[in-house]
Amino acid sequence: MLSAENVKVTIGSTQILHGLDFSAQHSAVTAIVGPNGSGKTTLLKALTGDIEASGTYRLNGCDPAQLKPWELAAMRGVLPQASVLAFPFTVVEVVRIGLRSGTSGDHAQVVMAALAKVGLASYANRFYQELSGGEQQRVQLARVLAQVWHPVERGEPRWLFLDEPVASLDIAHQLEVMNIARDFATAGGGVVAVMHDLNLTAMFADSVAILSQGRLLQQGPPAKVMTNETLSLAYGCTLQVNTEPSETDARFLLPHAASLNDIVPAKSA
Amino acid sequence: MVAGADHIDYQAPVDRMQHARRLHVWLLLLLVAVSLASLTYGATGVTLWGTLAKLWAGEELTRTEAVVLFDIRLPRLFLGICVGAALAVSGAVMQGLFRNPLADPGIVGISAGAGFGAIVAIVLGALLPVWISDLVGNQLIPLAAFFGGWGTTLILYRVSTRRGRTSVATMLLAGIALAALAAAFSGVLIYMADDQQLRDLTFWALGSLAGSSWTKFVAAAPIIVTALIASFFLGRGLNGLALGEATAAHIGISVQRMKNLAILCVAAATGAAVAVSGGIGFIGIVVPHLLRLASGPDHRTLLINSALLGASLLLAADVIGRAIISPAELPIGIVTAIIGAPVFLWILLRRRGIVDM
Repeated sequence: MLSAENVKVTIGSTQILHGLDFSAQHSAVTAIVGPNGSGKTTLLKALTGDIEASGTYRLNGCDPAQLKPWELAAMRGVLPQASVLAFPFTVVEVVRIGLRSGTSGDHAQVVMAALAKVGLASYANRFYQELSGGEQQRVQLARVLAQVWHPVERGEPRWLFLDEPVASLDIAHQLEVMNIARDFATAGGGVVAVMHDLNLTAMFADSVAILSQGRLLQQGPPAKVMTNETLSLAYGCTLQVNTEPSETDARFLLPHAASLNDIVPAKSA
Repeated sequence: MVAGADHIDYQAPVDRMQHARRLHVWLLLLLVAVSLASLTYGATGVTLWGTLAKLWAGEELTRTEAVVLFDIRLPRLFLGICVGAALAVSGAVMQGLFRNPLADPGIVGISAGAGFGAIVAIVLGALLPVWISDLVGNQLIPLAAFFGGWGTTLILYRVSTRRGRTSVATMLLAGIALAALAAAFSGVLIYMADDQQLRDLTFWALGSLAGSSWTKFVAAAPIIVTALIASFFLGRGLNGLALGEATAAHIGISVQRMKNLAILCVAAATGAAVAVSGGIGFIGIVVPHLLRLASGPDHRTLLINSALLGASLLLAADVIGRAIISPAELPIGIVTAIIGAPVFLWILLRRRGIVDM
């Protein structure tokens, strides 16, 4: 269980998050969505400890600020939006960096299994810096997966924090990565992902937190919170949410369904 | 067995760590070979083999032989090993810390800061209260160099790091500025120095092991060896830092503590090395770069290999410096610059893709 209450973040003189509440369950994928500048990544960074935030935050019942870095690393992995690498490491070496100390034969298997999961096992000996942006992002995901390989350890769920995990990927790899997140949750782990693509969010998330201007508009199952009104209010334009004509009742948006004339500024929406 | 991983049967990835570990052995053998050359070569004609043969036959050594071997060459050898290892490992640690293969204590002004500290100790040391002189004894110059290097490192890091991100351009420019400032203040002290102090100070500018003695070794070795051993524990942290500070923290590294330890190690090792040998450049850049080409950038092995190769290269430069204009000596700083500067240019060109070797 992850719970954050009254999260406030101020950078310089600008308040980015205005005391919002957010929660996520294990065995579930929780998505954070919202327009640019709504505070999605800031919220994720507050949850991963990358920036200072006030409020009450508990991960598996612990205050992460009180844990040692390695204890926290054993509990959760974080995939940043973009990663740069300083030296010419190979793909397998990058994934290995994520492992905790005490590397054993099993760990070597985990590294290759993680690379296989993201479809890059045959790239193990390639230089990371020679890969495309999308491939690098998948290597980073493999690194994070290797770090928290077992979704549940000693009865405690582990967590994946993903910041726009599909941003630089083609559609097949978007589905692949979201399925990896889904599998992690199905196996008992918790996933918190910042998402831009509302359709993928509706397909894969169990819970969606919709942010706007540093505040939480709504959080709940996609079928409940992904409504015309909430999304139009959050994004400042008219959006048409549709329901799949199947038993899944999944929501989807056609981004061009609304005519250009329907796009209205946020304040008059 | 790892759940979900047991069915994986891919071609094993190339293990550069194994290769790097094998390199430990070869570099150790190289160090032994260069050490023997360093012991046996010199202006006096006393050779290691001749001396050993005499000892084997149970003959007494002449006073000259004993002094040359045990009081001149042996401390010079051990000091050279310490200084070479200190400079190379400091370079590797700085490069890991700044995430840039061109960072080096010499280029970013830490050596200049350490040299300034040593110059202050030489010129103004006599003005210190007696109880302080008694307390620090023969450690005064290394200590002053240590604090000079440490202070410069801290300023450099502060200036070039903002919101956890270190700007390489700012770092290099700040390094140039700090080196210029250290040179200016050193100039003031040189202006104030007497003839004896001037002779001592000239030593800093060129860098040399010529004045090696057991006293210097005893003063510098504990600091350098402690810093080296501590820095060997930085390997995993520096690997993590290659992915950025945030990711390093995410994988369980105590980033700030690691940075503090790294800065302390670099300042201590560079400070003590500069104190006993003066300004010797390029070892810190060339050695880690060659090793990254040979066995990859993993700092867990790179730091140990840097120590071994750095020590070997410095001793080799010392032997060359002694041989090239025998019986006079060319200071090591000149030899390393003549060899190191072109290699440094080659690294720059290679990074820009102009030279492909």
